[in-house]
Amino acid sequence: MKTFRKGGIHPDDNKRTAGVPISEPVSAQTLTLLLSQSIGAPPKVIVKAGDRVEAGSLVAEPGGYVSAALHSPVGGVVKRVVSVRDPYGYPSQAIEIAREGDQAPQAFPPLDFEKVTPAEIVDRVSACGIVGLGGATFPTRVKLLPGKEYRPEYVIINGAECEPWLTCDDRMMREHAAEVVAGARWIMKAVKVQKCIIGIEENKSEAIAAMTEAASHRTGVSVVALKKKYPQGGEKQLIDAVLGRQVPSGALPVYVGAIVDNVATAYAVYEAAEKGLPLTRRVVTVTGPELSSPGNYLVEIGTPVSALIEAAGGLPEGTGKVIAGGPMMGRAMSNIDTPTTKGMSGILVLPESESRRREPQPCIRCGRCVEVCPMGLEPYLLAAQGEMGLWEATLNAGVGDCVECGSCAYTCPAARPLLDYIRLSKRESRKL
Amino acid sequence: MGGIGITASIVLYFVAKRFKVEEDERVLQIEEVLPGANCGACGYRGCHDFATACASADSLDGMYCPGAGAQGMQRIGEIAGLAVSEAVRKVAVVACSGGCEQRPLVRHYDGVLNCSIEAVVGEGETDCPYGCLGWGDCVEACPYDAIHIDKDSGLPVVDYSLCVGCGKCVKACPRSVIELAEVPQGTETTTYVACRNRDKGPLAMKACSVSCIGCGKCTKVCEHEAVKVDHFVASIDSTACVRCGKCEEACPRHSIHSVTTK
Repeated sequence: MKTFRKGGIHPDDNKRTAGVPISEPVSAQTLTLLLSQSIGAPPKVIVKAGDRVEAGSLVAEPGGYVSAALHSPVGGVVKRVVSVRDPYGYPSQAIEIAREGDQAPQAFPPLDFEKVTPAEIVDRVSACGIVGLGGATFPTRVKLLPGKEYRPEYVIINGAECEPWLTCDDRMMREHAAEVVAGARWIMKAVKVQKCIIGIEENKSEAIAAMTEAASHRTGVSVVALKKKYPQGGEKQLIDAVLGRQVPSGALPVYVGAIVDNVATAYAVYEAAEKGLPLTRRVVTVTGPELSSPGNYLVEIGTPVSALIEAAGGLPEGTGKVIAGGPMMGRAMSNIDTPTTKGMSGILVLPESESRRREPQPCIRCGRCVEVCPMGLEPYLLAAQGEMGLWEATLNAGVGDCVECGSCAYTCPAARPLLDYIRLSKRESRKL
Repeated sequence: MGGIGITASIVLYFVAKRFKVEEDERVLQIEEVLPGANCGACGYRGCHDFATACASADSLDGMYCPGAGAQGMQRIGEIAGLAVSEAVRKVAVVACSGGCEQRPLVRHYDGVLNCSIEAVVGEGETDCPYGCLGWGDCVEACPYDAIHIDKDSGLPVVDYSLCVGCGKCVKACPRSVIELAEVPQGTETTTYVACRNRDKGPLAMKACSVSCIGCGKCTKVCEHEAVKVDHFVASIDSTACVRCGKCEEACPRHSIHSVTTK
């Protein structure tokens, strides 16, 4: 079975919610749309307090080349444009919309697959505000315009979902296999590619079966089962696993002919192209060891995280941390009243006992961090250099290639805060 | 062994004579005046670089070592045989007064005890995403040992008998809580706003009992247009400020401070 070559770890997968179908338990009265929901420039607000908005109407337009549009998930009235806190506690501009009634979302006219040009698909993806839903939130439009010097050969759909606990992509593939494959075809057409490979880790056998069945009706689309190993869902790791090609340091995946999109992104592209729907909802896995009824919820972007936790049985007593995303790459939230965003694939509620860090000990030079680093870096060295503030040295040692997967810190027997220092080095060395 | 030693010493003696680097006497003299901290506040790589530059310069305009101060610069001027222009003294001030009592801890941080790293992770242990994090990146950055964390308040305190205003702490602080304030000739005090909170009043009040809420009372009492409020936080232009202290009295939140920088 295929997998990527270098490094990787095997954390317990804890896919507690894999058997729970996607449901829609929450419809909050007030939605708060954070402006910065994607990598790049924040979009520009085009509504003001008191304006009526339709479900699916544009409320903020892209503020630059790398930027994504924002749409209202519901019909209602704009309460205010206000500075709120993002999930990590930093101030961020947001639009508050009060729901009024339940109307069907306003939609663009459906595109005709046979007649449409690639440019029209890219425009639709852009108009619908689609960003990478795997968590990195890179505007999809930019990915679909790789530049003339590159020739993409493969579209790779990322169904690896290697993060422990998360099951939103698994459920998406099981329940909407045909739509995900349809979305993949739209992406193939947009980048003029004939071949598409869907990579799924072996622990999702039902998803593999459903996707294989859906793909069998389409020419050029195939499904590859991958050995379970974290971080297989990383773009460069997935390309290595699926195609056996390694993306050179500093290059984009398209340099080796691959364009990678998450399954949820493919689904969003399907909805945008065939139904004309902008991206206003996503599937979020709400889970944790002590939640009474965890699940996979289809939620409107902007719904408060606290409402989702409530739907999953409420915040258990003795909760230590609530993490946005999975346990490996997610970040602890400082306030659960903040809204969900396009990039929030999961909400993990951890009890106090599981959320503490171990006391760091001196490095014992065992070299395990080097063994598990999927990018072939030397985390112990980067961290030591970062601790001493030798930013230039970290840059020469390849800190820019770190994907922040956290395998080094996970595996370190001395509990060294390796990733903290590496992240700091990445930030500081970028300023040089 | 002894033979090798003697031969080597004779060889080295002649090599040293033959390849001796002629250095300007004045450079060494100037270096003695300089603090030797290599802090870089002068804009040169270190004290030796600055001394070389002073010795070979045609004019000392714009060249200033805050560590040596006005007196030291006079001395450098004498050595280099050049006139020295007056420079305004600068000192570091800590623009956050939210100590443990004023700014309650609302969550626990158990990562690396370092401000830059905590600033990457999130807003910190209090509800103020603008204030001091208190792990002392500034303390480590200071080449003059002039800044320390106060045990009771958890905030950095500047020792003005040692601070020369090199600005290393300003660069080290990830929250930009430390700033350089001017102390013109003839005065010893500087007045500054000890808060960076850009949130609107209610949010700022909730996070900290001494936060600036941008009420603007200070701008009304100032007769010299030195105080302005931008993004719900006041700031004082230390060049225009005459240190009358009226804004400090008017501030209902006690977030304007005056310090004697002697």
